[in-house]
Amino acid sequence: MAEIKDDLRYTDDHEWVMVDEDDEGVVWVGVTDYAQGQLGDVVMVEVPSVGDDVVAGDAFGTVESPKSVSDLFSPVTGEVVAVNEDLDDSPELVNEAPYTDGWIIKVKMSDPSELDRLMNAEAYAAHVEKAEQG
Amino acid sequence: MSPNRTPLYDVHVRLGARIVDFAGFEMPVQYSGILAEHQRVREQVGLFDVSHMGEVRVRGPEALDVVNRLITNDLHRVSDGRALYTCMCAEDGTIVDDMIVYRLGPEEVFICVNASNAATDFAHMLAHADGDATLEDEGDAWSQIAVQGPKAPELLERVFGPELAALKPFRLREARFDGATVYYATTGYTGERGAEIYLPNSSAVALWEALEEAGGDLGVGPVGLGARDTLRLEMGYCLYGNDIDRTTTPLEAGLAWVTRLDKPAFVGKDAIARQLAAGVPRKLVGLEVGDRGIPRHGYAVLHRDDVVGAVTSGTRSPTTGRDIALAYVPTSLSEVGTELTVDVRGKGKPARVVPVPFLAR
Repeated sequence: MAEIKDDLRYTDDHEWVMVDEDDEGVVWVGVTDYAQGQLGDVVMVEVPSVGDDVVAGDAFGTVESPKSVSDLFSPVTGEVVAVNEDLDDSPELVNEAPYTDGWIIKVKMSDPSELDRLMNAEAYAAHVEKAEQG
Repeated sequence: MSPNRTPLYDVHVRLGARIVDFAGFEMPVQYSGILAEHQRVREQVGLFDVSHMGEVRVRGPEALDVVNRLITNDLHRVSDGRALYTCMCAEDGTIVDDMIVYRLGPEEVFICVNASNAATDFAHMLAHADGDATLEDEGDAWSQIAVQGPKAPELLERVFGPELAALKPFRLREARFDGATVYYATTGYTGERGAEIYLPNSSAVALWEALEEAGGDLGVGPVGLGARDTLRLEMGYCLYGNDIDRTTTPLEAGLAWVTRLDKPAFVGKDAIARQLAAGVPRKLVGLEVGDRGIPRHGYAVLHRDDVVGAVTSGTRSPTTGRDIALAYVPTSLSEVGTELTVDVRGKGKPARVVPVPFLAR
């Protein structure tokens, strides 16, 4: 069973968002445990540069496994303020620790109310269950 | 049409496989993960269920000549008990399928073909068979388990005895297992030592479990179609439907070594000879891509600013970490060392023609 964290927000496309406790308006973005299981072994993560803009619902990067390339979709709109450089040499962190060391980017949101449109853990669990049956 | 299941389907489910539809079969694409399974085959030993593959038997006084007229390689160059890799071509010289042909005896040949082409192949064989021999599609009767890896001989010795385990590559012997006659063939699709065992469906689970049990201390484990693909690509082996198909000839695909223009007529020979005389316009080459660009099927290959070809297979090599591809390029740009560019989703990545196999074995 894929792990789902209670305190995160989720997208339909299986990204998670965590509000940074210290830096107001900044969120951490990654892919869920369910997503990393579906992707298989991650061998490369391609992300934008710090300073680039991302738009909610738009592709902002890619995750690659031996067999496939998958788009990453931004949960929120804003400016990229950090990227996880550890993924350059250790993309497997996305598989091993999707909610912690495998985070992908941090975004300074331009519209914090976008968070309200994302799923909570309960809604996301139902979404995953549906996907697994589909 | 609902997909077929191999006799090992329940075993795959027990082992936690992710199942996909492949060539009309519900097949395991991965168990623990492609990278771990790949490494298992390069360092220990892996088990593959390849029961979806097709089998054809040709029998009769003229069986060898009938098959020889269907294939590009030459069955008369090998003796009984040997295997041959070959293409089977259409009259226009393009590839209908690639396959392993086993010479069982002076009047009997056993052929293993790709699952996705099995029906097409058999129809093509019947249409072009000319001589005193009967062809039988035995695909439904056979399961096939591939045992591959540096520890494969040790594992195979424990189940089949030292004589078979010591067999040199590209041989086939009849053997007994579980009270049934099986074919023990020292062929494979990984570049590693090992065997492919053809056996009746009713014995497939028994052999799989015997191999699992006998090889626990050797690190044996199941390997899915995902790692099968990365393993073959590191060796530069063609995959039908990706690297070769009805638009490519053996000469273009680097398969001249299995194309014997010096033997009597075979289907496609005239067209292939004409292409050889006129000059082969393009070649399948190995590419190594730099700047962290993983090449994928269909990506354009450029020389300066012109699109000159396309990637047919690509991945990040699990063994070396390098980004590798097979691609068709104009013959004039096919020399090892030629600098090219691969368009990786809009970004030009530097690429260089390199020798295949990508792994030095």
